[in-house]
Amino acid sequence: MELLAKERGAMLVIRTTQDRIDAASAIQFKDRMRDITGASAAPRVVLDMSNVAFLDSSGLGAVVAVLKALAPDRTLELSGLTPTVQKVFRLTRMDTIFTIHDAVPDGLRNVG
Amino acid sequence: MSPWQPARTPAAPRKHRPPLRLTLPGTTDAVRHALLEIFASGLLDGSSDNLLSSAEIVLAEVLNNIVEHAYAARAGDIRLLLSHTETGLVCKVMDSGTAMPGLCLPKGDFQPLGQTADLPEGGFGWFLIRSLVTELTYQRIDGENRLSFILPDEQS
Repeated sequence: MELLAKERGAMLVIRTTQDRIDAASAIQFKDRMRDITGASAAPRVVLDMSNVAFLDSSGLGAVVAVLKALAPDRTLELSGLTPTVQKVFRLTRMDTIFTIHDAVPDGLRNVG
Repeated sequence: MSPWQPARTPAAPRKHRPPLRLTLPGTTDAVRHALLEIFASGLLDGSSDNLLSSAEIVLAEVLNNIVEHAYAARAGDIRLLLSHTETGLVCKVMDSGTAMPGLCLPKGDFQPLGQTADLPEGGFGWFLIRSLVTELTYQRIDGENRLSFILPDEQS
């Protein structure tokens, strides 16, 4: 599970390079996210998921675990959800919990 | 009719797609590979985006549940029979792992999300499955779990 991170001021943008966050990769994803967010103090973490074509309930659980680990002082925002990933968030109503951007906020693209 | 009879042939099949039979080892890597194989097989070609995404979500949850629960204690294979009919994608899934507790499928109720600190990190699987399928049945026969369901094709 390769994740690319770039810090810009108060924002840490993390981009996934793997196209599936599923039962086979969720634990590794969670561990890598913990390492990367632990190495930064940025209060706002944005996960760019535009490369992720598929996320299952294990992947969703891992994303939620990252949000909970950052709370209450830091936030996890999501960006670039592909249609199937969007559907999982919508059905589980997790789309009401996360701030979800269509694309990474201005000036923060091309991470890594 | 037992859900394990071959699916009835629809009166006017859209296309003559033969059913897809797959046997895979009960591991998360094999599940990932099987999903890619199903979508590359042509079985679902021409389906709505809605059916495609539902099929991927549901099959991933069903198969990973078998890996994590039925085969938690010992390894084994999973057998899949998928037929694309006028109704949608008819799915039959068999494994020889541990039976469902109480020989019943989990209810998969929606879990209230509450505050950030209380957010559930699991238990979404059966909720997702039940949200997206029809005619869900479970049987334990001759030491096998047999799950059957239909992913409806609303555009058919």
